[in-house]
Amino acid sequence: MENKQSPLGYISFSIFAWIVGLLIFFPIFWMVLTSFKTELEAVSIPPSFISFDWTLENYAEVQERSNYFKFAMNSIILAVGSTLVGLVFAVTCAWAMAFNPTKRTKDALLWMLSTKMMPPVGVLVPIYLVFRDWGLLDTRFGLIMVLFLINLPIMVWMLYTYFKEIPTDILEAARMDGATLPKEIIFVLLPMAVPGIASTMLLNVILAWNEAFWTLNLTTSDAAPLTAFIASYSSPEGLFWAKLSAASTLAVAPILVIGWFSQKQLVRGLTFGAVK
Amino acid sequence: MKRVMGAALCALLAGGIAHANAETKLTIATVNNGDMIRMQKLTDDFTSKNPDISLEWVTLEENTLRQRVTTDIATKGGQYDVMTIGTYEVPIWAEKGWLAPLDKLGSDYDVDDIMPAIRSAVSKDDALYAAPFYGESSMMMYRKDLFDAAGIKIDGRLTWDQTLEIAKKLHKPDEGVYGICLRGKAGWGENMALITTMGNAYGARLFDEKWNPTFDSAEWKAALDMYTNILGNYGPPGATSNGFNENLSLFNSGKCGMWIDATVAASFVTNPKESKVADKVGFTEAPCAATCTGANWLWAWNLGIPMGSQKVEAAQKFIAWATSKNYLELVASKEGWANVPPGTRMSLYQNPKYLEAAPFADETLLAIDSADPINSTMQPKPYVGVQFAAIPEFQGIGTTVGQQFSAALAGQMTVDQALAAAQSGTDRTMRKAGYY
Repeated sequence: MENKQSPLGYISFSIFAWIVGLLIFFPIFWMVLTSFKTELEAVSIPPSFISFDWTLENYAEVQERSNYFKFAMNSIILAVGSTLVGLVFAVTCAWAMAFNPTKRTKDALLWMLSTKMMPPVGVLVPIYLVFRDWGLLDTRFGLIMVLFLINLPIMVWMLYTYFKEIPTDILEAARMDGATLPKEIIFVLLPMAVPGIASTMLLNVILAWNEAFWTLNLTTSDAAPLTAFIASYSSPEGLFWAKLSAASTLAVAPILVIGWFSQKQLVRGLTFGAVK
Repeated sequence: MKRVMGAALCALLAGGIAHANAETKLTIATVNNGDMIRMQKLTDDFTSKNPDISLEWVTLEENTLRQRVTTDIATKGGQYDVMTIGTYEVPIWAEKGWLAPLDKLGSDYDVDDIMPAIRSAVSKDDALYAAPFYGESSMMMYRKDLFDAAGIKIDGRLTWDQTLEIAKKLHKPDEGVYGICLRGKAGWGENMALITTMGNAYGARLFDEKWNPTFDSAEWKAALDMYTNILGNYGPPGATSNGFNENLSLFNSGKCGMWIDATVAASFVTNPKESKVADKVGFTEAPCAATCTGANWLWAWNLGIPMGSQKVEAAQKFIAWATSKNYLELVASKEGWANVPPGTRMSLYQNPKYLEAAPFADETLLAIDSADPINSTMQPKPYVGVQFAAIPEFQGIGTTVGQQFSAALAGQMTVDQALAAAQSGTDRTMRKAGYY
């Protein structure tokens, strides 16, 4: 049945969507704008929109004080590294749950997700002690392991949902043709699930990029990513909004660009199977 | 060929060992404020005098830093060689044996030059467990032009009742000026810092000699009544969201007639680059009530070394450099006397160049000198600290009580209800912790 929308409804919906979009975008816009103000202008009331003395001094100071590229490189390594490691485990796990379910598969999935509901600070000290004893504090490897583990439930859930959409008959046909299990997954399953895998990877990269509890608590300098870079610009005494905005703009810029270019994949993947 | 390669390998190893011997890397955890950032910029001075030591700075937001260094020192993680810690942490951590005593700061360090109040706050059994980098108390900053226009003259130390009357006269929200700006944001280091000093001034104390909380006393009621009245009626709207930085921006925008807060704010409000009222600011001591004892707080950011650190000697060298009299002169030569970290050394307040550059120096010295972490209440008390009690439980207690007082300010509960909730909650915590 064709669902025809009236022009008035279409226009109203478009206006509403634009308003929501602008509302969501406004904080980012304001952050970028503030990064070009002086500290005094950043907190002046009423705030000025365009008519202020634009300055790059905040960016210059951020560059002078911190090694941005070192932090950015760590962020990239942690986000991509944890995603790739996570993918290996999540694909195999989701395959087992989607194509060889047991009575307890649903329970196992729910249990995995429930671990996300635990406040991370509750396990900070045990994990810190493990990291200390294994020499993993302030190492990229240690942090990749933590980020991969905390995001694994989401990855498994997403991939499980995509894999459920793939007909079992195709995999069975591959098996009939003599495909081994690794070949079945690599050459048959994965090519069919590319959109789902791509969106899972993108979402995981974003989650790992934004993670700000473990990355702050388990690093000092060598493995510190952009979250630590931003945290260093918040001040208890003294005006800091303009410099913090400049640091934040630099920190979100890479992920904003990646998100912009991959938005179609991301939306397609996230809504996959939502409408039948 | 093998010999050549062997020799090259030996040379490489020897070089590596020599390099390892040559450089001790100190990792320093610090907060982000002007004085600390200035110190980072002056790192070259230290490393040129100590070529065998390199410095790695880790700057964090205050709460993150507190959580991070507490986790590290409690678990002996060994991630930091020098930690920036407050006067709240020093006595607790020194008592637990988590901090190394600073006994090798050098003969020219002049430890007797450190202000007595600050020195006592970072010492245990006469031994220094952290060296103060900058210190602060609280005082009142006010708009001289508004006072003159309203015909108000300050004669001696103000009382809270007088402050209330002045706030009434200055309060003109239609003209964008509020009588007084005070901390309203909940937190043990936010509104509780101010309210506890108000409590002290009204003769209250956080705990009696047997560690029973005393929020049910008449003194606390009088203090909280005054706080909610003066800030609720003559303060800016939405005061429950205002901490130091929010009030600083309000004051610098010319919207506060008075502001009672940290003495370090004085350098910000008199800086023409940051303040629209830089040339119109006067300073006076924080108001008293039943007493002036404990009416202004005492705080310092200090540098300490975690016990068990493998680099104590290098760390002490760095601390001696960063908290010495020579460092103050170094900052003055590079950035001017007004930017020297204040509140730690008495000699700074005898330096005519500093007194000329910092018009607030006398009031700052007066405030710090009069704050005593041991004797900060009219009645006897079992704890150390003016605006806090240096016990591990206080962070949680202070934050919870601060939320209740903030709710009273917002009108979500009455003063009596807030005090009753504070009393029962604190009583429960202290009982659980085994104090009685």
